[in-house]
Amino acid sequence: MSLKDELSRIHDDGLKAIQNATDIKTIRENIKVKLLGKKGPITKALRGIKDLSVDERPKVGSYANKIRDDIQTALDAKISELEAKKLNKQLAAEKIDVTLPGTPVAKGHPHVIQSIIDEITDLFLGMGYEVLSGPEVEEDKYNFEMMNLPKNHPARDMQDTFYITDEILMRTQTSPMQARTLEKHDFSQGPLKMISPGVVYRRDTDDQTHSHQFHQVEGMVVAENITMSDLKGTLELLTHELFGQKFNVRLRPSYFPFTEPSVEADITCFNCMGKGCNVCKGSGWIEVLGAGMIHPNVLRNAGVDPEKYTGFAFGLGPDRLAMLKYGVTDIRDFYLNDVRFLSQFN
Amino acid sequence: MLVSYKWLKEYLDLSVPVDQLAEKIERTAVEVDGVVRPDAGLKKIVVGKILSMENHPDSDHLHVCQVDIGEDEPAQIVCGAPNVAVGKKVIVAEHGARIANNEKIKRSKMRGVVSNGMLCGLDEIGIDKNVVPKEWSNGIYFLPDDAKVGDDVYSYIGMDDELIDLDVTPNRGDMLSMYGTAHELAAIYDLPLNLDHPDLTENGTKRTSELINATVDDQIAPNFNVRVLTNVKVQSSPLWLQIRLWNAGIKPINNVVDATNYIMLKYGQPMHAYDYDKLSGHQLVVRQAKAGEQLKTLNENDNELVADDIVVADADKPVALAGVMGGFDSQVTNDTTTIVLESATFDSVKVRKTAQRHLIHTDASQRFERGVDHASVREALDAAAEIIAKDGNAEVQSEIVTASDDHLEPTVVRTSASRINQVLGTSLTTDEISSIFERLGFKVAEFNGDYTVTVPVRRWDIHIPADLFEEVARIYGYDNIPSTLPLSRTTVGRLTEKQSLIRKTRAVLEGAGLTHAISYSLTSADKAASFMMRDSVATELSFPMSSDHTTLRMNLLSGLLTDVAYNQARSVNNVALYEQGRVFYKDADDQVRPTEVEHVAGTITGSLTADAWDHRATEPDFYQVKGIADLLLAELNVAGDVEYQATDQYPDMHPGRTANVYVHGHLVGFVGQIHPNIAKQYKIKPTYGFEFDLQKLIDMPKQDQQAKVISKYPSVSRDIAMLVDKTVTNHQIVEVIKKRGGAFLTNVHLFDIFEGKGIPAGKKSVAYSLTYQNKHDTMVDDDVNKAFEKVTKALQDEFNVTIR
Ligand SMILES: [Zn+2]
Repeated sequence: MSLKDELSRIHDDGLKAIQNATDIKTIRENIKVKLLGKKGPITKALRGIKDLSVDERPKVGSYANKIRDDIQTALDAKISELEAKKLNKQLAAEKIDVTLPGTPVAKGHPHVIQSIIDEITDLFLGMGYEVLSGPEVEEDKYNFEMMNLPKNHPARDMQDTFYITDEILMRTQTSPMQARTLEKHDFSQGPLKMISPGVVYRRDTDDQTHSHQFHQVEGMVVAENITMSDLKGTLELLTHELFGQKFNVRLRPSYFPFTEPSVEADITCFNCMGKGCNVCKGSGWIEVLGAGMIHPNVLRNAGVDPEKYTGFAFGLGPDRLAMLKYGVTDIRDFYLNDVRFLSQFN
Repeated sequence: MLVSYKWLKEYLDLSVPVDQLAEKIERTAVEVDGVVRPDAGLKKIVVGKILSMENHPDSDHLHVCQVDIGEDEPAQIVCGAPNVAVGKKVIVAEHGARIANNEKIKRSKMRGVVSNGMLCGLDEIGIDKNVVPKEWSNGIYFLPDDAKVGDDVYSYIGMDDELIDLDVTPNRGDMLSMYGTAHELAAIYDLPLNLDHPDLTENGTKRTSELINATVDDQIAPNFNVRVLTNVKVQSSPLWLQIRLWNAGIKPINNVVDATNYIMLKYGQPMHAYDYDKLSGHQLVVRQAKAGEQLKTLNENDNELVADDIVVADADKPVALAGVMGGFDSQVTNDTTTIVLESATFDSVKVRKTAQRHLIHTDASQRFERGVDHASVREALDAAAEIIAKDGNAEVQSEIVTASDDHLEPTVVRTSASRINQVLGTSLTTDEISSIFERLGFKVAEFNGDYTVTVPVRRWDIHIPADLFEEVARIYGYDNIPSTLPLSRTTVGRLTEKQSLIRKTRAVLEGAGLTHAISYSLTSADKAASFMMRDSVATELSFPMSSDHTTLRMNLLSGLLTDVAYNQARSVNNVALYEQGRVFYKDADDQVRPTEVEHVAGTITGSLTADAWDHRATEPDFYQVKGIADLLLAELNVAGDVEYQATDQYPDMHPGRTANVYVHGHLVGFVGQIHPNIAKQYKIKPTYGFEFDLQKLIDMPKQDQQAKVISKYPSVSRDIAMLVDKTVTNHQIVEVIKKRGGAFLTNVHLFDIFEGKGIPAGKKSVAYSLTYQNKHDTMVDDDVNKAFEKVTKALQDEFNVTIR
């Protein structure tokens, strides 16, 4: 048998053996070593090339190389095939029930009132307002007197107050921050634009709709030429940003000692979108905040010239907004901290 | 105030549907609580005439009546009312009728006798029991004799009216009257007003001043007027007047009292009538009360008066709480023949204080508190006298006795069109502005846009230009005011560092699994003073509402434990909460306001995560909350070494499982287990918690955020395990390792700790992994070994450890 024929035979037998192999180990340890190893037939055949004629040497040599390459390729292909088969088998065995529950991750929840306050805060920050916070234990002077509520003012009765001494009290509103801020502001440095969120207190018995502790967000802009229409535009913007474009604002006259004109702002009822329902007592509107042009006495009391500067102020209640927005029916839920309640909000 | 639409229409020509009217009032003047239609929901309630009646065969009080209800055959109706009588026109709820409270009336048998309906009293068809006149309170109601049989009854008793329920703001006391409301609507709709005025005939023979003497303190009563009417026949008022009262929520009493109430509704002027013969000395004195004086008021309360109360007195004693309520003993009764009618104004603050002190809030006090029209006090007196004279055949004696009169003048306010437009953001013309003032009934003088506005006394709420701006704004309509945003110099809006750090604190703790709680700042004295991080005097309310909320908290943990208890009482056992809020410290009793300090606290009880199929819920322990505390401190980026020192200084914390936390030597808070006794008091399971003075953390210097080069040379680790006395702390060991570790020791990591089986008593086995790295070169084994040996030796020397 010529060397070439021998090589052909090695080739055919080898490929057959590879074809019939069923595990990678056999291929690697037997077939590969046997065919391509140092003692294998191809190596041996290549050694025999030197006995051939000078003419034949390159031909047979390249034939031998080709055969070696073919076998190597076949080996690689078979190994890949078997590996893939093995992997598929393993993957099939690894199949899991993806519908089982995921591993619990510890996760706390923000308080829904805090979320609303943050949302309002961010909106006003974006419009260049500063955010201020004031004392919860306040002087009568700031809570009432400077806000145009002198000692015998009947509107003081509207806000039943927790007193600590005759002159010190739990603030009943965030409005004292108007007085405190006006007193300090340097108008040569630009307009005063601020909001002030915080906790307030009223001498109320806690029930479904009353809480002796709740939250308010005060807002105020004072500069030359601030108008009632600026107030209207700002409240409309707030409503649209907070609740959506579908919600409208209605201003109607009201009374607060620290604003004149005073208005209350109603927004489209969440429940019926204005059609009228029992939540809005059929009116289609829900009262959400009080506002107005800052009373000249408030400006004057804080040393701001009411002839030169005008301003608007508003106060809204995040508790009430949260109740309306999320359908909470009992204000006490916000302060009892039942985790089942709190964890509904993200 | 309930405003009758029918009554209103007597004064101005209004035709809009009542719901539109209500909305207009709400958008322009005052809030409307609703519109009441007294006949709403009622059905098949008609006028009937009792043709005959006989006793029920099986009852001693029921009557079987044949009632003409305008049909071919009379209806047989069984009735148990004591006053049922033949020939009377009555209210019949036919078969199929709906009466008050949506109750349906059906043909039925009453003790065997067929009844085709029901004869009704006023309250049965929806008139409030509290306003049904006494004579009709116990039985069926008799309609006027001229009522037409078979007609719906509603129009006969005022139930076809529409009542607008006004919620009048404190500044708009003028709208607590029909005239005030009519003025307002005339302005809103730009309609002419037809008010009527009394035309009183003084038909008596005496001068009032011969009969009565009145003296007043005009600080209490700036206006005080009386008339005397003689030969009064006290009886029921005519039906039209009764209807006006009950539709306004006032119970008809008799023609004298009713007249005063009617005039109060019409003019907003509260009045009072005294029985002249019960007034000692025939005189009235308005004065402060004398401490200890007694007065039984109309509500039959015995009041002991204080010197700050204001009264109307006779020669001997108080006969009325001035402006609040009349006295019981001098009230007009059926036996009264001579009355003194009083029309006055009283100081609003004094009335309010008196009413509050005695807890008597009346229609009169409500009006005096908000003010009344000083210009119509005497007209109202005449109007009341006129009605009583007519309905009681009384003689009106001549002239009013006026003890005080403040002759209040109209207010003059000056402003300008440009100022009005500047404040409102409008561009109204002078014609538009003038027209608004004129509609309001204000006298206007305008020159080149400058206004001099004369405001009638009946609008006592208007004093300053801003008040006029409001009038213009609301009559022009808030809907018509443009929407703009403030145009001014640009301002930067951003959170302060403190605000950012507080937000970050919340985010970190929520990320760590704690839920944001907001508890009450006002708590019990005990809770307020627990878990104290420093000495402080408590801040207490002077008049708390309940013992649960008397004192301002000086810690947050007690509030969180209250929340935990609330949850566990409801079988919620995994509770992980944090709170960020203020505590209130006082250094001394005489500190005026407490210092308000931002704190943050957290508690964990039960597991942070629920039990699951692949995950066992774990009990909380000290190290879990310590881990959260570490995370918070790291995230806040405070500069300086953090150190935990065991402490037993907190009586409310576990003495062996609590640590004070120091940053750079400053105490910033504590971490630990809630004392088992405290947990027991709160009825909660083992709970761990922490509380930090957040303000301190905010104020502390923060670490520079600078990138450090990450070494490209490999690090080498060596583990050391040893037996050591149990009393030696991790902190002590780590300190020694760090001190002796050499220049290349970069990290010390505790990876095992073990006591018990196989370990000698009093000892523990601890194992640390030490990491060495040279930033500039590859570590040589030899160097590492040398450094490691030093550490080993130092540990042996210091703590006598046995290397394992
Ligand atoms: Zn609605």
